[in-house]
Amino acid sequence: MEASHAAAGTVQLTEVSASGTPPGPMQIDRAQRTPPAVLKDLLEKMLLIRRFEEKAAELYSMGKIGGFCHLYIGQEAVGVGAISTLGPDDYILASYREHGQALARGLDPGEIMAELCGKKSGVSKGKGGSMHLFDKPRGFLGGHAIVGGQIPLAAGVAFAEKYLKKPSVTLCFFGEAAVNIGSFHESLNLAALWKLPVIYICENNRFGMGTPIERTSALYDLSQKACAYNMARGCVDGMDVLAVRETVAEAVERARSQSAPTLIEARTYRFMGHSMSDPVHGHYRTKAEVEEQRRHDPIKVFIATLESLGVVSPADIEELNEKVRDSVEDAVAFSERSEEPEPLELHTDVYVP
Amino acid sequence: MPVMTYLDAIRQGIWEEMERDPSVFLLGEDIGDYGGAFKVTAGMLKKFGAERVIDTPISESAIVGAAVGAALMGMRPVAEMQFMDFISCGFDQIVNMAAKIHYRWGAKVPLVIRGPSGAGVHGGPFHSQSNEMWFVHTPGLKVVVPATAYDAKGLIKAAIRDDNPVLYFEHKFLYRRIKDEVPEGDYTVPIGQARVAREGTDIAVITYGAMVWTALEAAEQLAKEGVSLEVVDLRSLLPYDEQAVLATVRKCNKVILLHEGTRTGGMAGELAALLAEKAFEDLDGPIVRITAPDTPVPFSPPLEEFFLPNAKKVAEAARKLAAY
Ligand SMILES: Cc1ncc(C[n+]2csc(CCOP(=O)(O)OP(=O)(O)O)c2C)c(N)n1
Repeated sequence: MEASHAAAGTVQLTEVSASGTPPGPMQIDRAQRTPPAVLKDLLEKMLLIRRFEEKAAELYSMGKIGGFCHLYIGQEAVGVGAISTLGPDDYILASYREHGQALARGLDPGEIMAELCGKKSGVSKGKGGSMHLFDKPRGFLGGHAIVGGQIPLAAGVAFAEKYLKKPSVTLCFFGEAAVNIGSFHESLNLAALWKLPVIYICENNRFGMGTPIERTSALYDLSQKACAYNMARGCVDGMDVLAVRETVAEAVERARSQSAPTLIEARTYRFMGHSMSDPVHGHYRTKAEVEEQRRHDPIKVFIATLESLGVVSPADIEELNEKVRDSVEDAVAFSERSEEPEPLELHTDVYVP
Repeated sequence: MPVMTYLDAIRQGIWEEMERDPSVFLLGEDIGDYGGAFKVTAGMLKKFGAERVIDTPISESAIVGAAVGAALMGMRPVAEMQFMDFISCGFDQIVNMAAKIHYRWGAKVPLVIRGPSGAGVHGGPFHSQSNEMWFVHTPGLKVVVPATAYDAKGLIKAAIRDDNPVLYFEHKFLYRRIKDEVPEGDYTVPIGQARVAREGTDIAVITYGAMVWTALEAAEQLAKEGVSLEVVDLRSLLPYDEQAVLATVRKCNKVILLHEGTRTGGMAGELAALLAEKAFEDLDGPIVRITAPDTPVPFSPPLEEFFLPNAKKVAEAARKLAAY
C-alpha cells in the first residue's frame, strides 16, 4: 500500500458493450417493471463512475493523484442501485472507497477530481483527498478512512433526523471486512434499540485488502449478523443494479414508514487492487479468478439486459458513452485549471471561527 | 558490514527473534499471505507458519487485547497496526489494560505494538499522523522511535525482549528511502538511550524519527557556513535519555528541539521544561522549537510540505540562534 505511482500501472479501459455477456436472468423481469428513463439513468451513472475511475487510475499513474486511491470499478451496481432509491433530503455515509457513491449522489465530478488532485476547488479543499469526500448540501457525509468509522456516525445522523421529526433515511456503506470492528456491533445494536431509520449496506467484495473473508470472519452469510440485534436483513446480488435497487427500496420504505433499520449484504467484486498501489491479483487471488469475475461485469450485464429488451440500442450506448466521457474530461479540465491551496490554508478550518 | 533498508532491518530483527524464542508470535491485518501493507512481514508466514504469523480481522481492540492476554500468559506477541493512526481503535486495551497491569497486579505483559507512522506520502489526515505522544503520556508503556536501520533492528529486538508493553513507531517515509550498515547477527539497542548522530559544538539539535535526517541535512548545510550543529537522536521517548539531553545542551549552550509531531503537548515541550529546570544556567539563548503546527495532516501535497518541518526551516532557525 506504499504510495508509489508505478506499482499498479494503468487500468485497461472497459469496452462499453455487452460483447457476448448474457443478460442477467433475474434482471430482465425487473427491467420490464422499471420505467425506461430510470433504466437509462442507472446505466449512465454506472458508466460515469467507470469512466471516472479509469481516469483517476490514469492520473494516479501520471503522478497527478498521490497517496492512497481506492477505486470502485466492479462495484458500481451497488452504489448506483442503492442511491437511486433516495430523495434529495436523505443522507449517505461511505468508506474511503467512495468516489462511486459520491458520483451516484450527484456531487460535481470536477470537484471530486480536484479533491483527488489536492486542489483548492476540491470538495474538501484538498485537505482530505480521495478518502475524505464530503458535501453536506447534497447529503453526502463522507468519505471515512478509518474502517468502520462511519457506522456509528450513521446512527447519529439517523437519530438526529428522527429527533427533528424529519422524514429522511440514512444509507451507510462499508466493506465486508468492516463487520469485524467493534463500532459495527455497537452501532447496529443502537440502531435497532433506538429504532433508527438507517440502512446499513455491507458491500461484500470478498477481500479486505489482501485477505479473503473466509480467513477473517467466522460467519460468511453476513446479513445474519442482523439477527443478533433483532434487525431486518437482506442479501442481494450486488452485480445486479436492479436487484440492489429493489432490496434497498424495501429497506427505505421500512425506514420511512416504521422507522426501523435494515442490514443488507450486497455480494459484489472489486476488479482492481485494494488501492492504486496494490496489485490486482497476486498471492491472495488469482488472475483467473479476476477474469472469471469480470465476465459478470455489472455494466456489461446491464447493457445486455437493456439491449435484449430493446430499451437501448448500440447507438444509444455510444451516445451515453460520449456524454460521460465528456463529463470526465470536463472534470479533469476543471481540476487542472484549479489552483493548489495557499500554504496558509493549512491553518484554516482547524476550529469553527 | 551489510547495508540494508530500514524496512529490511525491522524485518530481520523480528525474524531473528522469532527464530530465537518460540514464544514470539505476530498478529495483524494482512500480515500473512499479503506480507503486510508495507511488506514488513513478507516471507514470514512461509517460514514460521500460520500459528505464529496470524492474519487477523480488522479488529484493533481485539488484536491489542488478545496480545495483552497472551502476554499475561508468558507469550511475546508482536502486534502490527497497519497504520499507527488506527491504534486509536485499540486505545483502551493499551492505555488501561496493558499499561497498568503490572502496577495493579505485578504481572508482566511483554508485548510489542508496531507500525508505520508519519507523513510525507500524501496519506491525508488518517494515514500520516505522528501520534507517539498519545502514549508518552501514559506511564507503564515504553515508546521507541528508530531513525536508522541499525537502530530499527536493535530496538525491535530490545522491544520484543523487554518485559513491558512497548510501542514501536516506524516512520513510513524511511522504509525504503534510507539504508545503513547493520551488523550480522545478534545485538540490541537499549531502550531509553539516545545517541549522538553528529558531533558539533555550537547548537544542539535534539530530535527523533525521520527528523534526524532533516537535522543532519541542516547540519551539513550549516557546517559550510561555519556553524557546528550537534544532532542528538533520542531513539526512545518513554523513558527518554535525560542525561544525553542535558549533556548536549551543556556542551553547546544553545538548543533546537525538532519533531514532526504537532506542537502543543509535543516532546519538545517536555524537553524544554526539563532544560528550564536543570540546564537554565547552561543556556546562552532561547530554547527553539521546530515542530509541525497544531493542525491535522492535510492531504494536498503543497499543504503537507508546508506542514512538515524541513532542513531549510531548521537551517534558518539555526542561523538566527547562532547569531543570538
Ligand atoms: C481501523 C482501521 N484498520 C485498518 C485500516 C486499513 N485498511 C483500510 S481498508 C482495509 C480493508 C477493508 O476492507 P473492506 O472493509 O472489505 O472494504 P473494501 O476495501 O473491500 O471496500 C484495511 C485493512 C483502516 N483504514 N482502519
